[in-house]
Amino acid sequence: MAAGAPLITFDKVWKSYGQGEARVHALAGVDLAIKRGEFVAIMGPSGSGKSTAMNIIGCLDTPTAGTYSFMGIDAGRLDRNRRAMLRNLYVGFVFQGYNLLARTTAAENVELPLIYRGVASRERRNLAMQALAQVGLVGREHHTPAELSGGQQQRVAIARAIVTRPTLLVADEPTGNLDTARTHEIMELLTQLNTELGLTIAMVTHEVDVAGYAERTIRFLDGHVASDIMKVELA
Amino acid sequence: MIWETVRLSLRSIRRNVLRSFLTLLGIVIGVAAVIAMLTIGSGTTEKVKADISKLGSNLLVVRSGRPAGPGGPGGLDQVVRPLAEKDLEALVAHLSGARAISPASQKQVRVIFGTESLTSGVTGTDSAYLEARDWKLVSGRPFSDSETRSGTGVCLIGETVRQQFFGDGDPEGEIIRVNRTSCKIIGLLEAKGYTGFGQDQDNVVLMPLHAYQRRIAGNRDIDNIYIAADDRTPTSELQPRVEDILRDARRITPDRESDFAIRDMTQIADAMASATTTMTGMLGAVAGVSLLVGGIGIMNIMLVSVTERTREIGIRLAIGAHEKHILIQFLVEATVLSLLGGIIGILIGLALAGLASLTLTIPFAPSPAVILLAVGFSALIGMVFGFFPAMRGARLNPIDALRHE
Repeated sequence: MAAGAPLITFDKVWKSYGQGEARVHALAGVDLAIKRGEFVAIMGPSGSGKSTAMNIIGCLDTPTAGTYSFMGIDAGRLDRNRRAMLRNLYVGFVFQGYNLLARTTAAENVELPLIYRGVASRERRNLAMQALAQVGLVGREHHTPAELSGGQQQRVAIARAIVTRPTLLVADEPTGNLDTARTHEIMELLTQLNTELGLTIAMVTHEVDVAGYAERTIRFLDGHVASDIMKVELA
Repeated sequence: MIWETVRLSLRSIRRNVLRSFLTLLGIVIGVAAVIAMLTIGSGTTEKVKADISKLGSNLLVVRSGRPAGPGGPGGLDQVVRPLAEKDLEALVAHLSGARAISPASQKQVRVIFGTESLTSGVTGTDSAYLEARDWKLVSGRPFSDSETRSGTGVCLIGETVRQQFFGDGDPEGEIIRVNRTSCKIIGLLEAKGYTGFGQDQDNVVLMPLHAYQRRIAGNRDIDNIYIAADDRTPTSELQPRVEDILRDARRITPDRESDFAIRDMTQIADAMASATTTMTGMLGAVAGVSLLVGGIGIMNIMLVSVTERTREIGIRLAIGAHEKHILIQFLVEATVLSLLGGIIGILIGLALAGLASLTLTIPFAPSPAVILLAVGFSALIGMVFGFFPAMRGARLNPIDALRHE
């Protein structure tokens, strides 16, 4: 992949559900490109197609028509297991509801993606500790999610997402369950990961404040990209 | 990776101790039943073999009546003639290759001592009986020839009869009442225990044949003649000789069938042993059905587990687990679960069989092959019944799974 080439490209991507009269187009021929190192906020009302777009970006879903390429790979044509491999190698996920495994310690949660990579147990523990340190959770590695606050749980989730040193971080309303102070902390952390590690971040949010942390905001409406604005242009 | 998965499944089993235990119960009961049945069964087979050889090794038993066979019992023209004293005398006089020949007539009779009473198997016989049946006396003496001849009121008693009337005390010289006649105890028989069919072999009273015939049976009939072959003569060789002598003594013309039957106890031992083996197999099969039910229990709980953990599956799939990882995870979990149940079941089954062997006084005969089979089979059940739920989990769409509440 040439330097400066986009990490993510949507080429006339369609995603449709149902048949005949009842056919609904969640995405209707979307063109989009995200470069390496970008921090992109994706906004839009529910039903606008933003979640569908995020699922395709995260290689969880495939387009009905058009091409989705990720790192120059035609990811939209890969089978389940290949996409799983792609996710494991290059994509980290952060969800609104944290999605940690219950009754499993923070360290074990963070180690999870490494298990599917076949990393040895000791090495896994080291990497998990490093990731937990990066998100500021030293000393909490043996706590289970139930023993951690919402903000801390989201930090564990972020540690789990970055422990594999991914190229892309997909965040789905990462602050949706948090109060303002916690939201600020988490967004600071994401910004820091973006600038310090050069991690590309695609984040869905419906809060303008949260979107403000990103350098670029893409708004979806009715399956189309309604606006695509760089922060510098706003300033 | 696989070890990792086993650890993971052990942890998930531990997390739901009660539920795991209840799921295990089906397999535990199934395996315990199979193991107990088969172990008790093979113990019983051994016991039956031992019992029958205890009846006396190389023993032929003659009784009146046509030998069982096609066509059933004889027609009207053939009245069953009981065995008589002259048949016995003919055998004693002419049969070679026999170690002991002894008559025996039997009846269940009420035996009374003081205020206690007991229904006991009373046998009228002679002094050769003990040798024919390989039975020893713990104390006292056998009947003398003169007592046998004259039919004196003396008797030998079994251990059960002693316990009932005298506890651990010495019964010798005491007088018991058998039917309406009194009888002096002159000896105590060695305990033989129960047969494989639960018959108490020690609830017996032996008395001289003539005394029995005169005072109990009220006839001159002999029910059975026991013939023990000597060490050099196989029973198969002895049997035709016995038949010839008896046909001659009973004046049966060559065109007529014998009106008596000769049973070879060695053959009967084999037949009984094979019958108990068949029985054991059937009981095992019935117990095996409960294993199947246990397997369905595992499938049920694994389906619940997959549904409950849909979100977890979604997370795992999202962060890069392949279908096979999820499949293996749940398959291993089901297998570990049923294997655990199998092992517990084996221990319980063996304990039950051990207990049974103590109470039924049969040998404890655990079979390593059966145990290995049970381990393998319970693991197999986990895999078979775990496969469908595991497949269902592995096939989940990560997006839907993550959305699952």
